[in-house]
Amino acid sequence: MPDPIELTLRHQMNSRDERNLLDHTVQGIVGSPLDRPEGPLKVRGTATYADEDHPPGTVYGWLVRSTVGKGWVVGLNTSELRAMPGVLAVIRDDRLIRNPAQGQAGKAPYQGPAEVFYKGQPIAVVVAETMEQARDAALAARAQYDDRTDKGVFTPERASYETPPKKQATQGDLDKEMDAAAFRVDLEYTTPTMSHSAMEPHAAVAWWEDGQLKVRGSYQMLKHNVEELADALGISPKKVRILSPYVGGGFGSKLGISHEAVGAAIAAQKVGRPVAIALHRRQVYETTMRRSESRQRVRLACDRDGQLTAVGHEAWVSNLPGERFSEPVTQATPFTYRGENRLIGHHVGRLNITAAGSMRAPGEAIGVPVTEAALDELAEAAGLCPVELRLRNIPDKDPTTGKPYSGNRLADCLRRGAESFGWADRPQPGTRRDGEWLIGMGMTSAIRVNMLENSAARVTLAADGTALVETDMTDIGTGSYAILTQIAAEVLGLPMDRVTTMLGDSDLPASSGSGGSFGAASAGSSVMLAAQAVRDRLAERMGCDPGELTLKDGTAIAGNRQRQIVDLLAGDSLQGTGEIEPGTTSQDHRQACWGAQFAEVAVSSVTGEVQVRRLSAVFATGRILNPKTARSQCIGGMIFGIGQALHEEVMTDPRDGGFVNRDLAEYHIPANLDVPHIDVEFLDDRDPYANPMQAKGIGELACCGTAGAIVNAIANATGKRFHHFPVTLDKVLAKLD
Amino acid sequence: MRPFTYTRAATPAEAIGSAARIIAGGTNLLDLMKHQVETPDRLCDVNHVGLDRVERDGDGLRIGALVRNSDLAADDAVRTDWPLLSRAILAGASGQIRNRATTGGNLMQRTRCYYFYDIDAPCNKREPGSGCAAIGGRTRLHAILGASDQCIATYPGDMAVALSALDATVEVEGPEGRREIAATAFHRLPGTTPERDTELRPGEMILSVRLPAPLGGRQIYRKVRDRRSYAFALVSVAAAVGMKDGRMETVRLAFGSVAAKPWRAIEAEAMLAGQAPSADLFDRAADVVLAGAQGYGDNDFKIPLLRRTMRAVLAEATQETM
Amino acid sequence: MEISLTVNGAQHRLRLDDPRVTLLDALRQHLGLTGTKKGCDHGQCGACTVMLDGRRMNACLSLAVMHDGDAITTIEGIGTAEALAPMQAAFIRHDGFQCGYCTPGQIVSATAMLDELRQGWPSQMSADLTAPQFTDDEIRERMSGNLCRCSCYPNIVDAIRDAAEAPA
Repeated sequence: MPDPIELTLRHQMNSRDERNLLDHTVQGIVGSPLDRPEGPLKVRGTATYADEDHPPGTVYGWLVRSTVGKGWVVGLNTSELRAMPGVLAVIRDDRLIRNPAQGQAGKAPYQGPAEVFYKGQPIAVVVAETMEQARDAALAARAQYDDRTDKGVFTPERASYETPPKKQATQGDLDKEMDAAAFRVDLEYTTPTMSHSAMEPHAAVAWWEDGQLKVRGSYQMLKHNVEELADALGISPKKVRILSPYVGGGFGSKLGISHEAVGAAIAAQKVGRPVAIALHRRQVYETTMRRSESRQRVRLACDRDGQLTAVGHEAWVSNLPGERFSEPVTQATPFTYRGENRLIGHHVGRLNITAAGSMRAPGEAIGVPVTEAALDELAEAAGLCPVELRLRNIPDKDPTTGKPYSGNRLADCLRRGAESFGWADRPQPGTRRDGEWLIGMGMTSAIRVNMLENSAARVTLAADGTALVETDMTDIGTGSYAILTQIAAEVLGLPMDRVTTMLGDSDLPASSGSGGSFGAASAGSSVMLAAQAVRDRLAERMGCDPGELTLKDGTAIAGNRQRQIVDLLAGDSLQGTGEIEPGTTSQDHRQACWGAQFAEVAVSSVTGEVQVRRLSAVFATGRILNPKTARSQCIGGMIFGIGQALHEEVMTDPRDGGFVNRDLAEYHIPANLDVPHIDVEFLDDRDPYANPMQAKGIGELACCGTAGAIVNAIANATGKRFHHFPVTLDKVLAKLD
Repeated sequence: MRPFTYTRAATPAEAIGSAARIIAGGTNLLDLMKHQVETPDRLCDVNHVGLDRVERDGDGLRIGALVRNSDLAADDAVRTDWPLLSRAILAGASGQIRNRATTGGNLMQRTRCYYFYDIDAPCNKREPGSGCAAIGGRTRLHAILGASDQCIATYPGDMAVALSALDATVEVEGPEGRREIAATAFHRLPGTTPERDTELRPGEMILSVRLPAPLGGRQIYRKVRDRRSYAFALVSVAAAVGMKDGRMETVRLAFGSVAAKPWRAIEAEAMLAGQAPSADLFDRAADVVLAGAQGYGDNDFKIPLLRRTMRAVLAEATQETM
Repeated sequence: MEISLTVNGAQHRLRLDDPRVTLLDALRQHLGLTGTKKGCDHGQCGACTVMLDGRRMNACLSLAVMHDGDAITTIEGIGTAEALAPMQAAFIRHDGFQCGYCTPGQIVSATAMLDELRQGWPSQMSADLTAPQFTDDEIRERMSGNLCRCSCYPNIVDAIRDAAEAPA
């Protein structure tokens, strides 16, 4: 086969998109609720995840955990373990990592298993012929410690907090306005440590071929993961290839390279065979990542007309010593509502518990429900409908920076949502009953920043008229396979079934990866550009301007001329590479995704149990590429919010920081029966400053607020306020008559 | 999971008196073995010994030890005449687990105490004399009744709570022969020997559970928990109340997840029987149940929760039907 | 030791040197049937749901040696590439999955669950234990042993209802 003709199209977002290509293509594939192309594989169990497709001769590794909360490992019963059946190696290697890399780190996290920073930290890897043998040997490991647990800091109350100057902001005089305002609230909230709890436990299979390392793993951002793994091992990134064709859920827990990949790579080097390490569910909880707990103080004040005059939001979060990430709790507070007097505070405490990292919408996921709960209390104080209070406080530009919004549809979402939910029927607090159940309604705005990242993709239109999309982008359930196939098909005028998408191989063009809800926008734009490069060449061959070309069902049309694309190709294959880069539109404009959510709950007046009876949401978040997969992302995010509001909390032991409920039986993610019917509506929207597709993030937006709507509904049902998440029945019980 | 030898028994006799650990559904034992909380060196599989039928036993019922939870809950006689038992079973675990879990195995289910499940933590139940990490630790799941300074774990199951309320007996056989143990006496309070969950002696095997004649009346099992399904109880209440002329004639009351055993409330039952239902009476009965109740911090809420749930269940059970 | 295991109608002689191998690991590692997933390995998620004689169970909580002579159905035995089972097609149509990891377990579970419902088995949501109805809450309760962190539950309920109402 002859080499393809290579074409390139790069685009940096330095100005608003005027071309709006996807509104000028004619097939309507983009924007249609199409089934996922990989669906048949997933429903038949033939999509392969990390701990599958092992190369021949694979042996098994198991991590050994620290049983102390702080200290040093000074010995291990290595020879005893080595003598156990099937054991091939007991590895204590200085390259082992303390905690997974943070998202987009691109370098190894803290390394060295000798110093223990938290209970459960991996301190060694045992390798054996079988998984059963490796597990037993790892559980038989007995380390000697220089135990400094008594010096550990395990609770936020005992932590000392850093106050990074760059993360503080003030405007006007908050204290003065709080004293002067007609209505005010000054509230303190807490949110607990939470866990991503993706269904696929972290796993990696590593093997070396001629000095090259190959890893099948479950990761979200391959270009960064390759760098992180190479750095951890002290080898060139060129020698590392990571394969993550299917990722069984991430939610941020698989952003960075983790223990299983580093451990398996070192072990494979040592034993000279492929090594598989699949984390046990308990290890996923205690050694990967958590969402930081938070304490938040919210001060709000408004005048007699319900105009916000003061907005104060301070957050105290935590992480391990030396970790740079800290949950950006206040991220949406500077730009969401009016208020001349504003104070943002951010404080980071150092704790000896499992590393904190990004979990679905880091920042807004726990910041927005809290500020929205406080707004609910302010509305009550001011005697205003909560929807009305919000409507009166939507600024016409970013109130902190003065920059214009790239688009702000919050008011539309609030109005439409209130109408379709039947918000007007909201009862007076504590007045509606259904038998023993107290019924209430609550609402929230949903806000999440919108981002674009560097991303590249390759689209090859073969001489036979089929197309191949290639990028190292991952599909963690978000619908990447679907939307990238749709975009290429739409731009090239091909039916879906003539386009194949290959993802999750670090040898393919480097994408943004999955995270921050920027995956669809970034990887999607790069695919669009790559396809556009091919399309432009087809226009040239048709002898027309690209703007005059229509591509449809394998046919090219220009004016009254019509030709088959295959004929235009004339035996050539065209290979477009598309690259998107963020530019000045990210700085010039405040870009965010908007929504409004409404909840109805029932609270048992006997037991304090809370059931969500209805959830409904309206979102305006740019072009919706696939309403079916987008809706699934949204209901998934909203159900995350149910868990956050009602169930989810990692309980730590205050004596050593250990996670006590580190499994799916006791860390309660919502089960099917916890979830009611959910309504999701998307407003027709475009954001020309976001990217050439005019699409924005979805998956995170949906969980930025839900828990606030639910606690506001609980307040409406019971007439009582709850400031500590999750609102478990014991907390409700304490306030019931 | 430590290495073990596996044998499959063809008859109960092959399992009785054996030093091997009996495995039936395996839904709890294998869970514990993977964590090395349980480390048997021999397993005897009793899934093929029979004992898998529900049979009439006079006015009562004899339930084979190997009858699966889902079969028992769906048994026509149980559904109709002992609905409390169906309700309790259906409140537990998941469809998948109920399909494997057996009547005998469910009785042998061990506590969910976080520290019992953690071989790196001291636990008198798992390792006598090592201490109790739960005391002073996290105790959301733990006991408020009948605990000791050695152990504050709970029995986490649902089925046994109903069996306790229904005055079932457990038929066991060991090297010294057969005997029957009242369901109310089958599980033990920890005292100074928390490592012994039940009265079963070494070498004994559960053959069946016997239910006496149906109680009739209104039967309610209410399970309160952190998630609506697929979660262990924080408190559960099993009640069977027969009314006559506006008064409670028969009253059976038992509580789950508040003690190391299903907590049958004999004294409160006696107090209620023969009386007309009233909120005040229910409250006084709750006082009797909760006399001596003690919380350990996280689980303090179980005391008011038990009271409120008990009152509501009794109110529902004594409500005149329309 | 050697056991005989019939999986999806095909009989396998399986040599097991270690009785510790669970049914789940036997399927995944020894028979290469990786459609059955390991999410928790402790019966807390349902990703490993298979059928034993038509009844759903968690393969992680059973030893392979306990199934000598048994017939197991896994996701690979439900539908074919050419002809998906109605439940599989309904999951695709209703987007009853996102990451897909819990999906085989959900589909096997749902398939067996409908059979349980047809046989009139009650659940905790059955107002009348002797006459359970086919309601959304019944589906939700009966599927609660299959966790989905992508949280496709509403779509899963729609898919199951759709598949149940499809002609057999």
